[in-house]
Amino acid sequence: MSEVTSEEPSAFRLIATLAIAGLVAGLALVGIYEVTLPTIKANKAAALREAVLQVVPGATTMQPLEPSGGSLALAPEGAEDVVYGAYDDQGTFKGYAVPAAGSGFQDTIAIIYGFDPTNKHIVGFRVLESHETPGLGDKIYKDPAFGANFDDLAVEPEVVGVKKGQKARPNEIDCITGATISSKSVVKIINASTGHWLGQLPPAGSEPKLQAAPSGAKADGGAEKGKEGSP
Amino acid sequence: MSQPAEPGQAYNEFIKGLWRENPVFVQVLGMCPSLAVTNSAINAVAMGMATTFVLVGSSALVALMKSFIPKQVRISTYIVIIATFVTVADYTLQALAPAVHKEMAAFISLIVVNCIILGRAEAFASKNTVKMSIMDAVGMGLGFSFALLCLGSLREILGNGSLFKVQLFGDNFVPWIVMILPPGGFIMLGLILLVFSAVQQRASAKTEEAA
Repeated sequence: MSEVTSEEPSAFRLIATLAIAGLVAGLALVGIYEVTLPTIKANKAAALREAVLQVVPGATTMQPLEPSGGSLALAPEGAEDVVYGAYDDQGTFKGYAVPAAGSGFQDTIAIIYGFDPTNKHIVGFRVLESHETPGLGDKIYKDPAFGANFDDLAVEPEVVGVKKGQKARPNEIDCITGATISSKSVVKIINASTGHWLGQLPPAGSEPKLQAAPSGAKADGGAEKGKEGSP
Repeated sequence: MSQPAEPGQAYNEFIKGLWRENPVFVQVLGMCPSLAVTNSAINAVAMGMATTFVLVGSSALVALMKSFIPKQVRISTYIVIIATFVTVADYTLQALAPAVHKEMAAFISLIVVNCIILGRAEAFASKNTVKMSIMDAVGMGLGFSFALLCLGSLREILGNGSLFKVQLFGDNFVPWIVMILPPGGFIMLGLILLVFSAVQQRASAKTEEAA
């Protein structure tokens, strides 16, 4: 206390104090980042994996894929424009899981949906992230009736949202009463995403084979860890 | 200010934050997190714990370093210290409870600008011993957590019909949705402040009567 109050400290002293504080803080931050990074990555990978396997019925393993020359190839870690190929225990292709995002009523809605390329149908749907109004817009992930729209939904010519109870055609979904904007946002996100992907997916039946061993087939690093399958 | 500690002082510094000088109900500080993340009891507890951790860590460090920090740069140094603890809390929560972290998103980083923390560093930790500062910070942190828990539980019960995600009522309960929306935060805080000051007034009237 005495030194602080007695006289004016030099400018060097002030700068040195801040520099030391900054240096120590920086070291502490690097430390905690390094310590927590593996857990955080593993959490994210596990959450993604769970979502993929949920939206593609019958799938038990997955690998990330990215477009390459009219077909799909194994995506390297950190690739942005990816779909996930989902396979069962025998390595049979079960469908794609496609992540997509777009603006909702309040903030970005991020979803993932399962896609069956043979029938061009959506076979599952899950909201990954959203900040829709509690009690209204959040029904896009809380209301099982809305989720059931996506159990078998045609995407061609395009997905159409209709008033609740008026779903008649395979490409229509029942919107949520009181949450029209959130429902329509989901429709828009899906249409934009299928528009983007339909042309890039290989013809049905020639999907890429499962390349990573089932145990190593996490969301990250299929490329480096890609050992040929020993189950 | 750093007079020799008398017996009972530590206890006093600890207990004052819980009730008499409760940071939310009496000092009305830290309103941003108090309103924003108290839409469920779990979020309230997580925010309370994260803030307590930052408060205790930064108060202890500020009290420890107080003679090295020139007063001209003390606020910026405090902020660096606080921001470091906040980032530690941020990453730890992200690793341990990703679901809770996702719901609170930006509000964890915003603990940096929670005026309770800088307020305690400036008003208390920079003038008191490490031990007293820790007692003060723990008391204030728990008082803050207690206030958030009150808000969070009441809002979750009314607005969602549940407490800590456990459904309390039957299917006939119509949730009072406004309570988990932002306006509900203001309404509930207003009601709690009303009750709190009524209780305190009555208590002080009683002590006057007794005296």
